Formats: sequence, structure tokens, C-alpha cells
Amino acid sequence: MAKVPVQFSLNGSEKAEFVDSGATLLAVLRGKAGDTSPKGGCHQGTCGACSVLIDGELRLSCLTLAETCEGAEITTTAGLAEAGVLHPLQRAFMDGFAAQCGFCTPGMLMAAKALLDRTPNPTREDVVEAISGNVCRCTGYEPIIQAILAAARANSHNAA
Amino acid sequence: MRLAKNYFADERRDDLNEIGQGRPRADVPGHVTAKTTYFADRNFPGMLHLKMVRSPHHHARIRSIDTSEAEKHPGVVRVLTAKDVPHNTYTILILIQIGPEDEHVLAEDKVRWKGEAVVAVLAETERAAQEAAAKVKVDYEVLPAVLDMEAALKPGAPLVNEHHGQNYYMYDSGACRKVRFGDVEKGFAEADHILEQTYSSSPIEQAPMETTGCIAVPDGNDRFTCYTNTQAMFFTLDNTSIILQMPGSQLHLVGGTAGGGFGGKVDVIVEPIAILAAKLTGRPVSFIYSRHEEMQISSPRAAETITIKDGVMKDGRIVARYVKGYTDAGAYSRHSPYGAQKGAAHYPGPYTIPNVWADTYCVYTNRTPSSAMRGFGVTIADFALEVQMDKLARLIGMDPLEFRFINAYRDGDMKAHRQTTEGAALIECMQEAARAANWPVAEKYFALSSHPREG
Ligand code: FES
Ligand code: FES
Repeated sequence: MAKVPVQFSLNGSEKAEFVDSGATLLAVLRGKAGDTSPKGGCHQGTCGACSVLIDGELRLSCLTLAETCEGAEITTTAGLAEAGVLHPLQRAFMDGFAAQCGFCTPGMLMAAKALLDRTPNPTREDVVEAISGNVCRCTGYEPIIQAILAAARANSHNAA
Repeated sequence: MRLAKNYFADERRDDLNEIGQGRPRADVPGHVTAKTTYFADRNFPGMLHLKMVRSPHHHARIRSIDTSEAEKHPGVVRVLTAKDVPHNTYTILILIQIGPEDEHVLAEDKVRWKGEAVVAVLAETERAAQEAAAKVKVDYEVLPAVLDMEAALKPGAPLVNEHHGQNYYMYDSGACRKVRFGDVEKGFAEADHILEQTYSSSPIEQAPMETTGCIAVPDGNDRFTCYTNTQAMFFTLDNTSIILQMPGSQLHLVGGTAGGGFGGKVDVIVEPIAILAAKLTGRPVSFIYSRHEEMQISSPRAAETITIKDGVMKDGRIVARYVKGYTDAGAYSRHSPYGAQKGAAHYPGPYTIPNVWADTYCVYTNRTPSSAMRGFGVTIADFALEVQMDKLARLIGMDPLEFRFINAYRDGDMKAHRQTTEGAALIECMQEAARAANWPVAEKYFALSSHPREG
């Protein structure tokens, strides 16, 4: 099958891959770029486990063709901690017991980051709306909502 | 968290280090940094993908299987049928002598449920495996199917599973598991009221976020490493050893991390065929359920039908309980004979009832085999019997919580299945619940305790 060259930045580092035409970004990140942080829970756009940020926008990597990501800036949970320092969202998920099996967590964190990047002081409704495309079968949504709100509070506290 | 220290004060220790403390989970740093390694977070060069050809019928005889077109499909490396599996007929609980072996890794002469695995296709890519699977031709003679337990138990119903010979599991105690305690007939004769109700449930899918799967890798020395999300490592190891007729020393299972399971990952389904495929091709093999397979193919919680007949006195005492419980195993046993058996012991619930008669049946139908899910065998029973408790309370005009206080078991009470009650705390839990919910309960119920009855 003809391969398509694609270059993108992944969590700040440059990547160049030859991908199958039609391959999903999820498959390329996990299988070629060595980043297994996005998870495949359904491969059909219904669970949110594969969520990543493409140029700052929340996207489902299982429904994104890798070849459309030429020149894109891709952020995943693997790049969330900076120089070993956890992102406030990661701290809040740890402290608030917002991850049980952990499989939905990378997708939840990306959805939450997309929200906080745009809306630093979200309401509870904003949070619910932001994670409405992400399924969790273990933790229960309440600790996740609370963790995202706590991270927002920690952020604004630090900013003040 | 508040600990109510006035309860069980004589048994309480206050020098505990963990109880009452908030502790972070040991694995949560891995989760939030996405460093936790799930089985599918591994890539192996030359890995093949396995796709199953599945039965489109609930019940059918297989006249012939033609894999020639599939084998010619570009990218296909190997196609497996029943004859490739060394010990194709198995049952998970044979490890604890709960037989007979009644299920096939790959279907032989018949399929007994819609979705049963018939042919395994191995290819270089998932897509090639999928396309080739669609080219396998299976000639079926469709047979009449039984899709509910009532139909399955009617005389003359089509036989679901020849390994059993009848459409229910034959226990060493006969057609059902039995609990006999006291004299139920006498209890009913004395009762002020009798209430008989039937409760039914549908199968429930566990729906973990991570679908069932494994990757099997040959290590070059006729040993195989299998990365799996099974919830039952040793069941899987031992059953794989039986199915592949391979000593356990050749099998190295790596697991322990599952993206949710809830009981849906305790059956031994994907590993034996993936390891066999790795052995026959000499290459790593990935067999991962699609979301569709997870929802339609993996075993759900069993459907159950439960009839409860209770005799109750005007003063609130339940004096007799008669239960008939049916568990729909689907086409094969898996863990259901065990689940149905648990129900038999459980039907009195956390209540002390002097006269109990319970029969529980494990029934075979042409439905998806059911198996474990959180508290299987007792959860649906609890639903039925707690609804029944509310109805009984209403029948005698009593508050439903006070009604439960009257019947609550206490330490030292003999349960219907001849286990003495120990460590009961139902009364204390209900007292706390009543306080927390501001539920009005007469003061005398707050004076009760789970300590052994006087005299
Ligand atoms: S894997 Fe992309 S939404 Fe489920
Ligand atoms: S923590 Fe398991 S799915 Fe969310």
C-alpha cells in the first residue's frame, strides 16, 4: 500500500512518519510514534479515550486521518507533565481519586486541558459539557468533575 | 470519613494505621501520566492480527467450511479451524471438577449461539484479517433455537448443548441446587399473609473501557509470553495448558493491569487461540475484541428469573420463604453453574427466616454465554428480594426499614444453608442510614444490635 509522508510535532518534538493512507492518528501515535498514551476504547468515536489536542483543539484521534496532520502540533497526556512536574490536572486527579483503572484518564485529561486552556475558571456545567464525550466505567464522573474544578482553582490560585 | 466508634466498642482497636486514613492509590501516578502499561501498549515487529469468523445464527449445524478464498487474500498468513486446536472441547471450571467440558474453542459440527467463534483468520494487518474473514464460507443448516429459559425447559424443546443432554446443568444434588431449612409448609400455614412475586432481569454487559484481548509472543524456545488483560491469570494459564496440551512451563502470562473488567474478563477466550496462532505461525499475534465484539460477544451477566413466595405475620416476622431461581447460562456453562449455586445460599438475604426452601437452576439457551459480573449469582437475587421486602412491608402496613430491623440477622443466627452468622452489622448500618437520611424509625429499633440474641 502506498505510504504517505507526514511531519508533525508531538509534545514539542518533531516527528516524521510514513503512514498508510487511511491510517488513523491513533494508530500512528501508538504504533509508530511510540506514544501509547491515547487509548483505543471503541475506534468509532464514541468513548473519548483516544482524545488528543491538535493545534490546541480537542480531537478524537481514532477518527482523525494521520495524513491530515501535516504540520500540526499534537499534544497528548504523555506530554502533560513538564520537566517531571505534574500538571495541576494530573495532581488533582491523583489527589481526588479521579482515576481507577486509568484507561479513560488520558482522554479525560486532554478534554479537561482543552477546557481549562480556554476557560480557566469553568463552572460545573462547563466541566460536565467538556467531558461529555468521554466515557468512564469505573471511577464515577463526580470525582472527575471535582478534580477538574480543583485543578482550575489551583491554577487561578497560582496565577494570583 | 466518620467512624462510629460506639458500635462494637469491645471489638474496636484504635491503633490501626490505615483504616480511616485517606491514602492515595499506589497505581494512580502511572494512570495520570499515562505510563501505566496496558497489554495493548506494546508493539512487536511482525505482529499478526487475529479476526474471528462468527456464527450469524443462534443455532445451526455446520455442513462445511471453505477457507480457500480467505487463504488467498493478500496479507493472510494462516487460517485456523477446530481441527488445529489440540484439545478443542473445554470448560473453564474443569479445574475445580465442575464439568462436563461443553464448549469449543472453535466450533466443530454446530454453533449454539449467534456470535460463536468458527474460524480464526491471521493476517499482516487488521484490515486484511477483517476482509479475509468475510471471505470464509460456512454452510449452515439452521436449527430451531430456544431464546428464553421457559422455552428451554418445556418438554420437547430443542436440545441446546449435547454435552449436557438436557437444557439445564445437572448438579450432584440433581437438576437444581437445593436449600431446605425448617418446614416451609408449616410456616405458610401459620402466616397471616402470603405474597408470591416473580422478578426477571435481562443480561447486562460489563462494558469495560478497554476491550478484552491479548498479545501472544513466541520466545523462540517453544515458550510463549502472553500479555493479557484477563482478570483470572491462573484460570487462563491452566485452561490454556489443557486446551493447547502444553505444560504450564511453556506458558508465561503477563497481566495484572486491566482497563476495567467488572467480571467480563474472567473467561478464558482469547488467550488459547492467540497462543496457538503464535505457535503455528512463529509470530507475535494480537487478538483484541472490537467494541462491537465486547458488547455482543463477551459474556454478560446472566438473565435471571426468580419467584419468591413469602409468608409474613402482621407483627412483621417473615415465617416462611420459598424461592425458585433460574439463571440463563446461554449456550455454555462458563461460570454460570457456580453463579446459580451461589444464589441458592443467598436467597434468605441478610434476614433470619426460620423456614426456607430454595431451588436454583442453571439453564441452557441459544443465547450468548453468560458469566461473571460483579456479585454474579447474588446481585439480581438481592434486587428481587429487596423489592419483595418493600412489597411485604406495604402489605402489612409497616415502614419498610422497621420491617427490615425486625427480620435482620444477628450473630449466632443459623442461616438456611447451615452457616452460623458471624460479624453481622446490618442493624448498625440501618441505624446509621436512618440517621443520615432522617428516616423516621421507632426508638426501640435504635436499641437493637447485631450481638447474639438473648437466651
Ligand atoms: S477510541 Fe476514539 S472515541 Fe473511542
Ligand atoms: S477509570 Fe476506568 S474507565 Fe475511567
